[in-house]
Amino acid sequence: MTAANEILAHYNQWITIFLMVAGLYIVIARGNMIKKLVGLSLFQTSVYLLYLSAGKILEGTPPIVAPAYAVYTHPLPHVLILTAIVVGVGTLALGLALVVRINEAYGTIEEDEIFARDDKA
Amino acid sequence: MQAQLPALQVVLPLIGAVLAALVRRSGPAYVITLVVSLLLPVMSWLLLGQVLNEGPISYVFGDWSRELGIEYRIDAVNALLLVLVSTIGAVIAPFAHRSVAAEIEEGRVAWFYAAYLLCVAGLLGIAITGDAFNAFVFLEVSSLATYILIALGRDRRALLASYQYLIMGTIGATFYVIGVGLLYVMTGTLNLVLIAERIVDVEATRPVLAALAFIVVGISLKLALFPLHVWLPNAYAYAPSFATVFLAATATKVAIYLFVRYLFSIFGVGFVFADLPVGPVLIVLSVAAMFGAATVAVFQSDLKRMLAYSSVGQVGYITLGIALANLNGLTGGLVHLLNHALIKGTLFMSAGAMVFRGGSCAIDDLAGVGRRMPLTMSAFVVAGLGLIGVPGTAGFVSKWYLIVASLELGLWWLAFLIVASSLISLVYVGRVIETAWFREPGKALAEAREAPLEMLAPIWILAFASVYFGIDTDLTAGLAAKAAATLLAGLQ
Repeated sequence: MTAANEILAHYNQWITIFLMVAGLYIVIARGNMIKKLVGLSLFQTSVYLLYLSAGKILEGTPPIVAPAYAVYTHPLPHVLILTAIVVGVGTLALGLALVVRINEAYGTIEEDEIFARDDKA
Repeated sequence: MQAQLPALQVVLPLIGAVLAALVRRSGPAYVITLVVSLLLPVMSWLLLGQVLNEGPISYVFGDWSRELGIEYRIDAVNALLLVLVSTIGAVIAPFAHRSVAAEIEEGRVAWFYAAYLLCVAGLLGIAITGDAFNAFVFLEVSSLATYILIALGRDRRALLASYQYLIMGTIGATFYVIGVGLLYVMTGTLNLVLIAERIVDVEATRPVLAALAFIVVGISLKLALFPLHVWLPNAYAYAPSFATVFLAATATKVAIYLFVRYLFSIFGVGFVFADLPVGPVLIVLSVAAMFGAATVAVFQSDLKRMLAYSSVGQVGYITLGIALANLNGLTGGLVHLLNHALIKGTLFMSAGAMVFRGGSCAIDDLAGVGRRMPLTMSAFVVAGLGLIGVPGTAGFVSKWYLIVASLELGLWWLAFLIVASSLISLVYVGRVIETAWFREPGKALAEAREAPLEMLAPIWILAFASVYFGIDTDLTAGLAAKAAATLLAGLQ
């Protein structure tokens, strides 16, 4: 039981690792460019959890300074991740815009079909 | 004014980018780019002077302490990078005008310049910041701008190259930020100096090892370390000529700076190179790049693609110097970083000028181009000799340091491999020279004339510099040696 408890106690870290690996796997294994971007977003999202988990204190309140509360969550990781989310949105938007343009130029968003069309040309 | 220089160095190109996007017309956007590009080196040289006279500069934003806020920190290492990026940017700025106008639709030119200035701001930001997370943000600013620059290429394959780079670049940047997160968990700070101070106590723990692995792999993707270079050849080959010139000369160099900063200043020489086998791994990958990528370059039919593979090979020399981790090796790596920027800048600009006049950079179409565009092609030859490392050129100086460093460590076979790999560059540079000078001009070049002055001048300034710094090494090798000494001493 102790091993199971150990795993459960760190369940947030396991979720992080699962999302990270799943995202990366999709990026590598899928040929569809939209699906690749979905995987990439999943991969980036896992990092948000990595940072936020580190800043959370059990029983801690949101980081508002008030006399009634002594223990509160570290605010810096939240700020960092807010920035990272913006970066992630920017990357996803640019990626999708590129896929739209690729679809206009090639008529497909499957990677192997695109390579085949370029080889013919 | 002098006190605000570190902030202005990054803010100026950011403002320039916004202005260029707002004016929307190509003429004014170019003027903004030119003015910003010419002002940036003034600042960076002032900063370098200040660092050399008074020691490292620390600039904290909003008077927050370095534990909470963001600090810009400039020492002998990143001052060198600031000078490199901004000076190259200023020299190549005149080249941009006609090349960009010829290769990019009128309606998109202003956007191109906006993305270009964002890219400059991002690269300068990575170099100047003393905050690990801030470096990530700037890494993404420069990367996103780079994807746009590449996607604006004429060929539809540019879109594909940009997409592939976006995927790999984002994976690299995310790996980097995972590593930074682990360091943050272990040290409780994002300030590079403070991380370096506190990491000593937790060095042997698993999160720190994982952080090292994530950061090394993440940045290696960005600097195109063999075998993580697959995004680079297509990106350089299909991007607009001016974007290729700038990226080849600066983007990978800034990533290499970040790499060196983490290995030497943060994790420390003892931990990375004595306790862990990072050195041998890097040496193997570097040698593989020097031979593998260079051999692939020999078989390319497109000039820009050939030069791109050559870049992957040349990055191998720089990482080799880093891997040797002694004063001469590191000096050789850093001086090659500068020299290669000059050399590749010249070569890609010559290629860009040929595209401008002849409309193509397939090597077969360039038959006889030496007779039509003798000045452009002569500069190509001069820089090509530098790439091979002929004595009297800048490339020789860097290789000399690398060979001396290998011999100091008793690695005579490595010294032999450095010389042997130069012969491969002789083959691919020689092939272009043979085609350009010793064949009759074909139909493609029937109308071609010498490139205009505003293109020739930047080409020849860089070509001249690549020879000058091969003879008078005080400035480049002197600064590189100073930077190497700073790195080996660790952050203070």
